[in-house]
Amino acid sequence: MSKIVRTMSNILIPLVFIFGLYIILHGHISPGGGFQGGAVFASGVAMIIVAFGSASVQKRLKEHHLSVLESAGALIFIGLAFGGLATIFFFNFLAGSAVFGNIPPSGSNPGDLWTGGVIPLMNIGVGLKVLGGLSAIVLVMALASSGIEVEE
Amino acid sequence: MTVGLPFNIPFLAVAALISISFIIILTQRNLIKLVMGIVIMQAGVNLFLVSLGYRTGGIVPIFTHAPEGAMVLPVPQALTLTSIVIGVACTALMLSLIVLTYRHTGDTDAEKSRILKG
Amino acid sequence: MDSLVTHSSILAIAIPLLAAFLTPLASKVGDRARNTVVIGALALAEFLVIILARDIYLNGLHVYTLGAAATDLTIPEHYMVPVRIILEVDAMSVFMGLITTTISLAGAIYSISFLKQETGGDRFYTLLLLLAVGMLGLEFTGDMFNFFVFLEILSISGAALAAFRTRFGDATEGGFKYIVISAVGALVVLFAVGILYAQYNVLSMAALAQAIQYTALDKIALALLVVALAMKLASVPLHMWAPDTYSVAPAGTTPMIYVASQACLYGMFRVLFSLYGVSLDTLAIGWIVIVLGVLSMFVGVTMAVHQSDIKRLMAYHAISQSGYMLLGIGVGLAVLADPQALASYGREAISGGIFHIINNALYKGLLFLTAEALFFSLGTRDLNKMGGMFRNMRYTAIFFIVGALAISGVPPFNGFTSKLMIYESVYNFSPVLAVIAMLVSIVTLASFTKAFQSAFTGPALPQHDNIREVPKPMLIGMGILAIAIVFFSLFPSLVVNTIVTPATDALIDQAGYIGAVMGGA
Repeated sequence: MSKIVRTMSNILIPLVFIFGLYIILHGHISPGGGFQGGAVFASGVAMIIVAFGSASVQKRLKEHHLSVLESAGALIFIGLAFGGLATIFFFNFLAGSAVFGNIPPSGSNPGDLWTGGVIPLMNIGVGLKVLGGLSAIVLVMALASSGIEVEE
Repeated sequence: MTVGLPFNIPFLAVAALISISFIIILTQRNLIKLVMGIVIMQAGVNLFLVSLGYRTGGIVPIFTHAPEGAMVLPVPQALTLTSIVIGVACTALMLSLIVLTYRHTGDTDAEKSRILKG
Repeated sequence: MDSLVTHSSILAIAIPLLAAFLTPLASKVGDRARNTVVIGALALAEFLVIILARDIYLNGLHVYTLGAAATDLTIPEHYMVPVRIILEVDAMSVFMGLITTTISLAGAIYSISFLKQETGGDRFYTLLLLLAVGMLGLEFTGDMFNFFVFLEILSISGAALAAFRTRFGDATEGGFKYIVISAVGALVVLFAVGILYAQYNVLSMAALAQAIQYTALDKIALALLVVALAMKLASVPLHMWAPDTYSVAPAGTTPMIYVASQACLYGMFRVLFSLYGVSLDTLAIGWIVIVLGVLSMFVGVTMAVHQSDIKRLMAYHAISQSGYMLLGIGVGLAVLADPQALASYGREAISGGIFHIINNALYKGLLFLTAEALFFSLGTRDLNKMGGMFRNMRYTAIFFIVGALAISGVPPFNGFTSKLMIYESVYNFSPVLAVIAMLVSIVTLASFTKAFQSAFTGPALPQHDNIREVPKPMLIGMGILAIAIVFFSLFPSLVVNTIVTPATDALIDQAGYIGAVMGGA
């Protein structure tokens, strides 16, 4: 792609990534959450692939690193679900405790980030999985359609 | 269950989208256009689910700095979100299989690239 | 041990899910670690389903509310309907769960030696575990939207597994057909769930069953659900995808994809019996199911007779055997509103259909595995190019004989027992149907005799002189299923009284299904 496109994408990439991470982290008090933030992040990766070409992106960003990130996100999610097994599966065992443990008041309130218990952590797990997964899909499809073989 | 708009416009849109997508799926021979038809059908069903939850004069179902008033139902929005995620996964799988089929047979036409018959 | 039984329904779903995402990390350690993780997770899931089954036969329905303070707090205070995700396991669900875990375990053990010649083994096992999770979740759930989500999980995993051997062009075509059909079917299911939610504002199956009034919109939702699930279980006339997909799926995954179709069959019966129950016009809907069954039986077996590809032949027989289950349970549904007919032959029809599900999963699974063993050794699926394998592959031939005799309904195998139950009860309902069923059984026997003669007897072709028997893990996988068939054949009344009759009672008893979730209010 031309120099204008590459320069603008270099400027915009940190903004897109930070916006995606913001959506993931604030999922419990504003619209968003794991999947939405991860999809925004992956759209940033797609922008890099379009601007710089899939061959040069593949030298830095390997597909099996993304696969490890994806598995880590899924394990965080399921591990937290198992964590409440003393009472029941998926029990919110962090509500009221030290980590993300404030109880929000009922009704309309100014949103407090440090609430929600297990939910923000599960959002982070899902977000990691989605950003790893969707970036891997976009990268592999770009490589496949330009004829480059994906290394195992 | 009132929608508050004349002639139930969202549900007419759902009917139009799903009918168009059925015609596409049944008649198109190019595999990529077939996948487009399925994506349009997913969009139609998602629109149906979201518009089920609407209540007249309702506000966004978020408690952060919420104004006064009754809220729209949030459960259909959660169902729609799950459906969108599943749709993305299905579409990615279908497109990958089309790329592989093209590598084997050199054609994305459903009739010309058939190997299994009988 | 007590708390293990309480949590066993969700652990049977969650442990394979955890193992599915541990597999990529375990395979970086080595192949043995990966195989241990997979086989261990599936064996643990089977153990959990067995102890859950024992508890259900002793103590009744099992309800598990995810995220509440106790497992049976289905309706929170100040609420009138259940709002959380609820797993509701009755005898019919755990019956299907037993089938799923057994076939998954046999398939996973069988695939160990297959993967030595393929790359991407960790992804294969991730997909296999996700397919098992999808099937178990579909069978245990008590919530309509969860039903849709698990249906999509098993469709996507099944399609990716069917297309796994990407170096063959026909594998990608079979996988593509499967995912297109599944995506459209699942969207139709979601549309029907949306219609039901719009009317009654609840998603839980028990709450919906209590509230349903069979209005015009409910009839539309019922029609959409039956059509979509009939498409997913490969009943004629919506069966076009099944021969392509079953014939190209690799190694031990063909029985699993087939059991996934049977799980959709279970889903259809759950919708017809427990969700709608006696509020619908059972005679009309029952006749529709019976017609689907008869068409599947007849078209399946006539298309199978002239096939030359061995796995395609078995896939058409699989379609035909699904027809028996639809016939048996359809007769039961047609007489559901008539208590005298129900007691005299309706229950036996439903029991015959349910017993046929487990028999069919076992012998059809065994036959698919033997066909795949022939493909592994000979490199071809074409019957015209095989011959005389009895000398070289003795164990495979014996397993094939056991499976073929069982599927044709030859006494004393288990196929004969379940078919006899179906013939007797359907004859009371309508003699023509029983005669058609018997004719189909005779043609099945003829078709398998031809297949056995082409593959195993006769002179061996010269290029097949050095064929040896398949490796040990494949023999163990086939052996598990063969031992189960022999056990079922020797003790049919023990099996029927222990697992089939409670399942029949649970399916007919809609009030018990509702009361377990809503009764606490």
